[in-house]
Amino acid sequence: MSRGQAARVALGTGAGAVLAADGLGKSYVGVPVLSEVSLSVHPGELRAVLGENGAGKSTLMKLLSGHLQPDHGRVLLDGEPVRFANPMQAEALGIVLVHQEQLLAEQLTVAENLFLGRELRRGLLLDRTRMHALAAERLEALGCHADPAAAVARLSIAERQMVQIARALLVPRRVVILDEPTAVLTPHEVEALFRAVLALKQAGVALLYISHRLAEVAMIADHVTVLRDGRLVVSRPALGLGELEMARLMVGRDMSTLFPPKPPAPVTPEAPALQVRRARVPGHVVEASFSLQRTEILGFGGLVGAGRTELFEGLIGLRPAQVEQVMVHGETLAHRSPRAALRAGIAYLTEDRKGRGLLLRQPLATNLTLVAPFQRFGLLDAAREHAAMGQARHDFDIRAGRFSALAGQLSGGNQQKLMLAKTMLSHPRILVIDEPTRGIDIGTKAQIYRFIAALAASGTSIVVISSEMQELIGLCHRVLVMRHGHIVAELEGDAMTEDAIVVHATGVGERAA
Amino acid sequence: MRHALIGLLAAASFAAGMGAHAAQAEDAKYTIAVSLPTADHGWTGGLLYDAKQEAALLEHAYPGLTVIVKPSASAADQASALEDLTAGTKPDALVVLPYDSSQLTGAVRRVKAKGVFITVVDRGLTDPAIQDVYVAGDNPEFGRVAGRYFVQALGGHGDVVVMRGIPTVVDTQRVTGFQQAIAGSGVKILDMQFANWSRDEGFKVMQDFLAKHAHIDAVWAADDDVAQGALRAIAQAKRTDIRLVVGGAGMREVIRGVIDGNKLVPVDVSYPPSMMKTAIDLTAAHLISKAAVRGTFLISTVLITKDNAQEFYDPNSPF
Amino acid sequence: MPARGWRLPRIEPASLAPFAALAFLVVIGTLLNARFLAPDNIANVVTRASFIAVIGIGATFVIAAGGLDLSVGSMSAFIGGSAILLANASAAHGFDAALAVGALVAIGGGALCGLANGLVITVGRLEAFIVTLGSMGIFRALTTYLAQGGSLSLTPDDLQDLVRPVYFGTVLGVPVPVLVFVALGAVAWVLLNRTPFGRHVVAIGANEEVARFSSVAIGRVRTITYVIQGACVGIATILYVPRLSSVTPTSGLLWELQAITAVVIGGTSLRGGNGRIWGTIAGALVLESVANIMVLSNIVSEYLIGAVQGAIIIVAMLVQRSLRRN
Repeated sequence: MSRGQAARVALGTGAGAVLAADGLGKSYVGVPVLSEVSLSVHPGELRAVLGENGAGKSTLMKLLSGHLQPDHGRVLLDGEPVRFANPMQAEALGIVLVHQEQLLAEQLTVAENLFLGRELRRGLLLDRTRMHALAAERLEALGCHADPAAAVARLSIAERQMVQIARALLVPRRVVILDEPTAVLTPHEVEALFRAVLALKQAGVALLYISHRLAEVAMIADHVTVLRDGRLVVSRPALGLGELEMARLMVGRDMSTLFPPKPPAPVTPEAPALQVRRARVPGHVVEASFSLQRTEILGFGGLVGAGRTELFEGLIGLRPAQVEQVMVHGETLAHRSPRAALRAGIAYLTEDRKGRGLLLRQPLATNLTLVAPFQRFGLLDAAREHAAMGQARHDFDIRAGRFSALAGQLSGGNQQKLMLAKTMLSHPRILVIDEPTRGIDIGTKAQIYRFIAALAASGTSIVVISSEMQELIGLCHRVLVMRHGHIVAELEGDAMTEDAIVVHATGVGERAA
Repeated sequence: MRHALIGLLAAASFAAGMGAHAAQAEDAKYTIAVSLPTADHGWTGGLLYDAKQEAALLEHAYPGLTVIVKPSASAADQASALEDLTAGTKPDALVVLPYDSSQLTGAVRRVKAKGVFITVVDRGLTDPAIQDVYVAGDNPEFGRVAGRYFVQALGGHGDVVVMRGIPTVVDTQRVTGFQQAIAGSGVKILDMQFANWSRDEGFKVMQDFLAKHAHIDAVWAADDDVAQGALRAIAQAKRTDIRLVVGGAGMREVIRGVIDGNKLVPVDVSYPPSMMKTAIDLTAAHLISKAAVRGTFLISTVLITKDNAQEFYDPNSPF
Repeated sequence: MPARGWRLPRIEPASLAPFAALAFLVVIGTLLNARFLAPDNIANVVTRASFIAVIGIGATFVIAAGGLDLSVGSMSAFIGGSAILLANASAAHGFDAALAVGALVAIGGGALCGLANGLVITVGRLEAFIVTLGSMGIFRALTTYLAQGGSLSLTPDDLQDLVRPVYFGTVLGVPVPVLVFVALGAVAWVLLNRTPFGRHVVAIGANEEVARFSSVAIGRVRTITYVIQGACVGIATILYVPRLSSVTPTSGLLWELQAITAVVIGGTSLRGGNGRIWGTIAGALVLESVANIMVLSNIVSEYLIGAVQGAIIIVAMLVQRSLRRN
């Protein structure tokens, strides 16, 4: 379908639309990121917007919600052109964007965040009782049981996401724009969110929904709009549109092979790459023992908060932990600290790219070489740094506009590739990747899976922590499932199924069994 | 009632009478609390040194007497110290040099209400009714003495730069006195800046004065510390037009220079920290010999010249 | 994508702001009093700025790493007093010995004081603000104790004459302290911008968590920034003592605030994550020029100087902020 047809299709549905984009365009420093995009959304309709990272989805949503102003085209509200000078004006007219990034004041409580700037009062004083009650009620509706009096800093990432959504829905809205709302949620939480989304639809709210999880999109979307390279590819009803077809439209090529073939299963007689006996992390891991074979890809599944991240942070000394024994390639790791782990050849890629993984305001090369900067005679070696950056861009296909770009200017997928490149620069023998593809588009996902498989094939032993069960099944030789601080199951071969992982992760099936 | 008397005279007369009274009052026990700012610059350093010296001297001469010397680092500190000093067993008398007149008046009033004899030194309280004895330097006279000397030494004509202290009542009184003394003569104030009674500021301000004014006849630094800084700046600039630098307060090194006949700094203006000794002595005299001491004692400001310098020289003073 | 031109260091307009502010002040100063530009006056001002410039160089490291050191002023007075006492004591073994002892005590003592600050902050896991506020009081009180409330002077006078050129001397017409801070600035710039250590300093200030997850030895790097700060205070003290040959309990009063102000005027963020050595030096010159211009001008009452200085600093920061946005 040509662009002209797509535009007509979009405009054709414009009548009766509550919010519409009419030929929107936007450029950053002369580089167009969005051109001539038109779409509309009706009351009670959910329109999914798909596209790879950098396709222009977020820009489009920001234009529609007043965070950005268009260079070309118009935003129509109830058919009338409007200009939002800022997000507050858009919110006043009932249009709200729930950001993908977590924008909460961590030191404040859940209720305080929820009502920030809209505090309920009784006379001159804050009405804490009513705010707590209302907060609990709204979060409950989203299936979130967070304590309204708890500081946000103590919440899991999923709970924070729910707080953010609850905050956006605190007052009645006409249009709700959700940017990757399920990226950090477990299947259970996703279900609760979908119930809330359906309730909004029934109340006549128009929804725009950005997601990489195509299965979810197929499940809840009424219409699908696909963007590629800042242009509209297609707008059509979701009915009859399969996941693979969506992926093909997004990437522009056949996506039937998301996962690369698994490298041959490891030879077991050798000493394991990593052997952990009785690891305990106060507050998170009760006790865990496991071993990782050489060149194996070992998955760690489970719900958010099961203790997977904390187990590995504890093992490499990023948080307090007691471990009876850690053997790395047959040698005992006597001292646990990030530097000792580095020397022993263990590298850990955090799930929190922005908070813990990258210096967002520093150039790519600085991030790439942060662990062990290249030096000559005690000074930084700019030439080798540059060469390494060039190599990393080539090897890991990091797409950055300029060499001098800052890490924070990259898309999520490219940030993840940069982190992978940064970690591989220290030539680890054991690589632990926490949520390797969170918030990353499907094209980049496939790339990262290929990198992981290739690393394993070339001799690296790999641990993948993931909440995406397909990822564990498609990528790993073996999967360990954690629940409430214990390793509760080991799945291998045909036993690795989504059902099996869910049963062990939640403990639901055990009662029946 | 205003007695004018020289501090040294008072101390001498009391010390003379002490021997006679010491024997007959042997059973009586007295405590004098002394509250003063901590030694944060030259003059307060001298003050603390003098207070401690006098305390030791009196306790030795009179075994029944205890003198507690308590320096404080700020006005708030001093207010707390005053509460502490009178919290348990209250002293018979308090000798206090307040950090700040208005801030500490209330605190001293509360001490007074407990029946303690109050001697105030140098900086007066805002309510003079509180004090039994007030011992102070004569600040307007401090300025006038310097001003009269400038008129005489410069032969009635000359351009003077003035380095003031920290903006306070004391500083304003001194500068006003100076201006009164030179009024009508040919001595003119060329420029005036605050040097905060600090050596470093004295150096800086003098450098800037020298850069700004092509000809300066004399410098009134109003403080010996500031004068030391100014002298370094003048030496660096190799300026020969400046004939006279006068500080004030009576620092050991400066008085040594006066005795040795320093050409650029031939005199000093006294504002002796030893007024603290006078105050403690008067207070002790009241307690022990029941001498009549209530009133205000203004320690005269004296021009220290080669003739009388020896009398102000204490080679052991840190000041 | 071709990487053409990436090697050329791009000069951000914001990094020029402190120098623009300085140039602006020179114009204002000259308009108010032509004597501002007299070589002697310029030499005076630049030389006087050397203490804050040198201390500010150290503070740039501390602040770039997200730390703070409030103790520098009293630390300078303390190690200055100690150096004078020990130099006086060793003068009997010849003046060379006295000078060596004095210089060693100043730099070594400064580094040790910095090490103490750094270790308490990193090992004790305490806020830098509180730790250095405490050590500020300790150093100040120790100085007052050493001086017994009075002043500590180099003796005999011949020793004073010997060290005087360290502050008052010139090489090829350039005052010695200026040469010192320019040389130190060059070394510090390389250390901060061209070594792995400097990169780790900035990384810690930008995001300590990222640095931790990247296996950077945070405690060690942070402690070293305080040692550098201490050594810089030592060097500043070596420049300072010869000027008046003495230290009093008020020496170095409020230097900590001036150093921090110089660092911030220079374009280093108070929250850390970047550091600009030359900006800091420009900031120190700005502070000293403002004070000088105030005294040279005849239009500002001596009572209002503080207000005008404060206003000029705020305006300089506003100008810098507007440059950063563009």
